[in-house]
Amino acid sequence: MQNRAKFGVGIGVILVALSFLAWLGYGESKTYYHTIAEYQTLSASDRAHRMRLAGTVAEGSIRRGSGHVDFTLVEQGKTLQVTYVGSDPLPDTFNDKSQALVEGRPGNDGRFVAEHVQAKCASKYEAAPGGDKPAPSGAVQRSSM
Amino acid sequence: MDVFGSFTLLLAFVCAAYAFVGGIAAILTRHPLLVKSTRQAGLATCVLIFIATFSLEYLLFTDNFSQAYVVSHSNRDLSAFYKVAALWSGQEGSLLFWSFLLSVYVISVLIAYRNKNGELMPYVGVVLAGVQIFFLTLNNFVENPFKTLAIVNASGMLDPFTRMDGNGLNPLLQYPEMVIHPPNLYSGYTGFTIPFAFALAALLARYPGEKWIHLTRKWTMVAWCFQSLGILLGAHWAYAVLGWGGYWGWDPVENASLLPWLTGTAFLHSVMMQEKRGMMKVWNVWLVFCTFLLCILGTFLTRSGVVSSVHAFANSNIGPWFVGFLMLTMVVCFAAYVKNRDYLKAENMLDSMISRESSFLFNNLLFLVACIAVLSGTLFPVFSEWFTNNRISVGAPFFNKVMIPIGLAILFLTGVGPLLAWRKTSADSLKRNFGWPLIVGVVCGVAAFLMGYHDGASVLCLFLCGFVTWTIVMEFYRGGKVIAARTGMSLMMASHELAMRNTRRYGGYVVHFGMVLVFIGLAGAAFNTEAQKAMNIGDSMKLGKYTLVLQSGDTKAEKNYTAQRMIVEVLEGNKQIMMLYPEKRQFQGTEQAAGTMVAIYSTLREDLYVVYAGMDPDTNMPVIHAFLNPLVKWIWLGGVWVVLGTLLALAPNRRAVLAVAGAPQTAPSAIAQALNPGVTLREGHD
Repeated sequence: MQNRAKFGVGIGVILVALSFLAWLGYGESKTYYHTIAEYQTLSASDRAHRMRLAGTVAEGSIRRGSGHVDFTLVEQGKTLQVTYVGSDPLPDTFNDKSQALVEGRPGNDGRFVAEHVQAKCASKYEAAPGGDKPAPSGAVQRSSM
Repeated sequence: MDVFGSFTLLLAFVCAAYAFVGGIAAILTRHPLLVKSTRQAGLATCVLIFIATFSLEYLLFTDNFSQAYVVSHSNRDLSAFYKVAALWSGQEGSLLFWSFLLSVYVISVLIAYRNKNGELMPYVGVVLAGVQIFFLTLNNFVENPFKTLAIVNASGMLDPFTRMDGNGLNPLLQYPEMVIHPPNLYSGYTGFTIPFAFALAALLARYPGEKWIHLTRKWTMVAWCFQSLGILLGAHWAYAVLGWGGYWGWDPVENASLLPWLTGTAFLHSVMMQEKRGMMKVWNVWLVFCTFLLCILGTFLTRSGVVSSVHAFANSNIGPWFVGFLMLTMVVCFAAYVKNRDYLKAENMLDSMISRESSFLFNNLLFLVACIAVLSGTLFPVFSEWFTNNRISVGAPFFNKVMIPIGLAILFLTGVGPLLAWRKTSADSLKRNFGWPLIVGVVCGVAAFLMGYHDGASVLCLFLCGFVTWTIVMEFYRGGKVIAARTGMSLMMASHELAMRNTRRYGGYVVHFGMVLVFIGLAGAAFNTEAQKAMNIGDSMKLGKYTLVLQSGDTKAEKNYTAQRMIVEVLEGNKQIMMLYPEKRQFQGTEQAAGTMVAIYSTLREDLYVVYAGMDPDTNMPVIHAFLNPLVKWIWLGGVWVVLGTLLALAPNRRAVLAVAGAPQTAPSAIAQALNPGVTLREGHD
């Protein structure tokens, strides 16, 4: 029985210590997901969080400056002005009309300051009608079965 | 060929359904013909899936652009090498590939045990058929890879339609490792189905003893090895292709591959407790159940994007199927456990805090906590949305804070565990076993500090690496010395002989050594530095002890892409070391697809990692982004050792030629065990 108690204490100490570390890490890195529409209605206190927003890069909106890149994200008619200040190079898939996920905090001048940007090109790898190759409009997919 | 492929898939589904239903009937009636016919149906399912997979490859190789999947993932210019890989580059194909790999395992199991384990095999067959039915349902009815293109004609009917060329393969995937990484990872994911099937079958059949563990040991190790290799290759691909200077970002898809690896590793260790001491039976069964569930979850996370996308299930119609299958599997496992749990009674209790048993217990606890931490961190957005309506994610600091201490603790146990005796360890043997390793560890830690590695966790990690390495060296040395004394072999030959006589034990040590190398590499991550500069031809940039000089840039046209290449000379002091050629690739067939080719100058001490980050739009000068990443190469070296160790552990034991009875009584018990596994303990090897 005494052994069991010893093991219990050992296990307990490990779990408490790790939970504490997890809690610290959670506080440091928690990030809220919002849609652009939600973002525009957030209260001042909610705007203090780190957050992650997604949208499509507006065509022709990418302006590269020294040390930062400005662009506009669009989602369901709402737009968001973003300034990317991170040190990593922007992904190769980041382009006009690509889907992008930005992570950071609201800046003082109303722009969203992003530290990370992930991008995915929406249509490229699907057999989308009207894509890069001449596909007649009305092309649809059907199962052969 | 597409109709043929579709048809074989449908037929495979029918066969799997028969193997499942007929298998249950066979178990209930015990009719020998029924048992035989369901086994044949299981074999037929596998063969049909093979044919379907080859049909899809045939369509890819013949550039059949009437096929939606071929159009989406290939084009005429794509080399044959990548046409093979196109099979698993999309949703439909990769699910078919899952079925294919699972079938390789299933057919091997069915053939290997065709005349053995007659009581257990019908149950195993039913479980395997059940898993196959799930994936064949997806292949046939949800994500069918054999879809043809069609257009609507004047009368509103569909006409078949063929494109001139395809869209090409995602350029990120056009990299050699992307051809071998997914098959490895998928072989890991699918491979854990086998131990799962045997565990569930043994529980359902109340199959006596530890037989299922002996039967599945090699299968588990094969799956584990593929999983380990898959994870490392994925990390290396991310490092060499994505161009952000790192190999692991706690991305949901990476985490998904780590989860079953953590429980699988725990399982490989805890089965020894059951084999030797008849303990942890419930634990083992649940570990293997969880590993399988996590494999399915991993496939689901990878394929559905449920975590990374902002809207759950937005881009996936397989989500509900996977959730349903996970639920169903959990219910079946739980029901089987509740019904037959008395069969899993432990035969022994823990004796002492400092014993082999307790080291295994803590090892398992740590692996499990690691798994829970990674799982909860990965699924945090999903759960937080359920409970608070706010979708919250956690990032690298969360994972690093929890996983670094767990990793170090596991590394510590890697050194300590194998040297502790079963049941109880005396203070004397602690001193004898750990004196030298501690000294070597301290030397390594101090050396690391003097070499400039000033970071607590990293120095501790390198201390532990020295400690663990020395415990492993001592194990080989002690056992080898005994054999050398008795046979007159050299110490090297004797150590080799020792390893071949108990491959499981010494293979395990080699794997441990591989993990030590991986940890050395991970310890370097705290010291990564970087620099970025827009450079004219002739400009230079300093990073660490290196100077980078931009010599020139050129453009070369390849078959499938155009490469814009920067030529960077690397100097150390004033001495030229080498030339690096970072590239940007513009792929044809897709208007905006670009790829980065990182140039890496890799030494054991550090990697100089150079990226051509594109043109600066204001000055029109090329931007060079350079990283200095210490010790990264050790990670890949560690991976090689892990694979070699697993292969050694899979090899059959060579029989000892000398009589063990004459071994000196004073020899530590570890040597007696090494020479004659099973002398003091129940069965099997150490």
